Amino acid sequence: MGHVLSSKEGMKLAMKGFMILLIVTLVEVAIALLGNGHIGGMHWPKMLMIPVMCILSLYKAYYIVSIFMHLGSETKGMAASIVLPVALLFWAIIAFLWEGDTWNSRRNGVKSDASKVGQSIQQDNMIQNINELPNEIRWS
Amino acid sequence: MAHDTAIDVENKEHDGHKQEVKSDVWQGGESPFKSSYGKLMMWYFLLSDAFTFAGFLIAYGALRFSMDAWPVPDHVFSTAPFGLENSPLIFVTFMTFVLIVSSVTVLRAVQEGKLENQGGVVKWLVITILGGAVFLGCQAWEWTKLIAGEGTTIYNNPFSSQLEEGSYITFERAKELNEQNGMGLVEKTMTVNVHTDNGHTTEELSYLAKPNPKFVSAEATPNEVEYTQLYFEKIDHHYFHRHGNDAGKTYVGDADKGSFKVKDPYLIAYHEGNYFPGAYEVDNQLKGEPMGPKSFGTLFFFITGFHGFHVFSGLIILLVIAVNSWSGFYGSRKNGYEMVEKVGLYWHFVDLVWVFVFLVFYLI
Repeated sequence: MGHVLSSKEGMKLAMKGFMILLIVTLVEVAIALLGNGHIGGMHWPKMLMIPVMCILSLYKAYYIVSIFMHLGSETKGMAASIVLPVALLFWAIIAFLWEGDTWNSRRNGVKSDASKVGQSIQQDNMIQNINELPNEIRWS
Repeated sequence: MAHDTAIDVENKEHDGHKQEVKSDVWQGGESPFKSSYGKLMMWYFLLSDAFTFAGFLIAYGALRFSMDAWPVPDHVFSTAPFGLENSPLIFVTFMTFVLIVSSVTVLRAVQEGKLENQGGVVKWLVITILGGAVFLGCQAWEWTKLIAGEGTTIYNNPFSSQLEEGSYITFERAKELNEQNGMGLVEKTMTVNVHTDNGHTTEELSYLAKPNPKFVSAEATPNEVEYTQLYFEKIDHHYFHRHGNDAGKTYVGDADKGSFKVKDPYLIAYHEGNYFPGAYEVDNQLKGEPMGPKSFGTLFFFITGFHGFHVFSGLIILLVIAVNSWSGFYGSRKNGYEMVEKVGLYWHFVDLVWVFVFLVFYLI
């Protein structure tokens, strides 16, 4: 567990943690605002912004768990008993996002099949000319 | 096991130190993780809670991937108090800031607890409680804006995936575009009953309607069947409860239910404080988008609500522990201020979850 910090040392650690979390959060927000054109009118590629923001968030999570929650100072066995099960989630994330993508392509496949047999279909995701808007949209 | 222990004890007598350690471990009384039972179990509770949140967030990801269109968070969460309209992310950044501060103050409380400094523990716990309360208040404000102002509920999501090249327009601009491009939309007014907190009133509501003969049916009166699409200026969520007298009842509401048929194409547009559902402008053309995926509202309110519930229960626990610390209860306890450490773990976890909620709902 390490030694007990004095009030002064504790305050120093707390301020350092505060600054790190604050700065990383502000960087994330800055990326979102700049990259989406709210400030400066630039549009950065999403495929670059999203991984960067994910990595910054993971860093924040690591910092909170390791320093604020002291898991970094616990015994190796204890840290492993908590971190290893969480690591399983990485596969869960990949698998379920993959699954969601499959739902999307299946649904769009059904729609394009419907168009082949002559039924009218709507592209739900498109901005449409106002005269072509469907009367009812189903988000199934 | 008993047999092994017996052998170990025997070996201890013969072989000395190495065997002695082994036998003591198996006889208990020594914690291999060098942590107390309470803290370890708090960690395992947090682990299981992390899986619950991960389940929710992964469901969010899977559903979002399965949709062609998803609301752009910068447009959904762009209101802030003190008249700040169109300021995406500002308010939620403030909420995140508050949560970071309260996470740091609870860290200070834990540190003071290890020093057995009662006054310090109580002081930092009280600041933490204030921070948590401010966060919950902000969340309540945000939910109120989303539900009552924008009309996003667990059943309904007016935000579609506003595409980048489009810009939201006002009702007046829509009328201009209509004339300019000869779109044939007709401006009409209707008297509507508005349900407000102070009772019912009526007001005149302007709208644009698109004439279409396709929907003529036997039982319909001429007024009801002339227009396939109606575009209203959205004022507030009471929009959904308006009864139309002049407009086609099929589109404004069923007489018995008195509610707007939310599946009709319509888009909330807000620009400089003006709303116009059903339209925005792309290259001088009035374009529209249908309603966005319902699962957005459902997921947002369930996940942020579940997180808010954690904040709330954390506040109650913090309050109890602050009172106990203040009364000197922990000072006389054998394990000292360990309860402060445990609630500290819980409170840091709440902050940890918010890191990911913030990432997936607001940033991406």
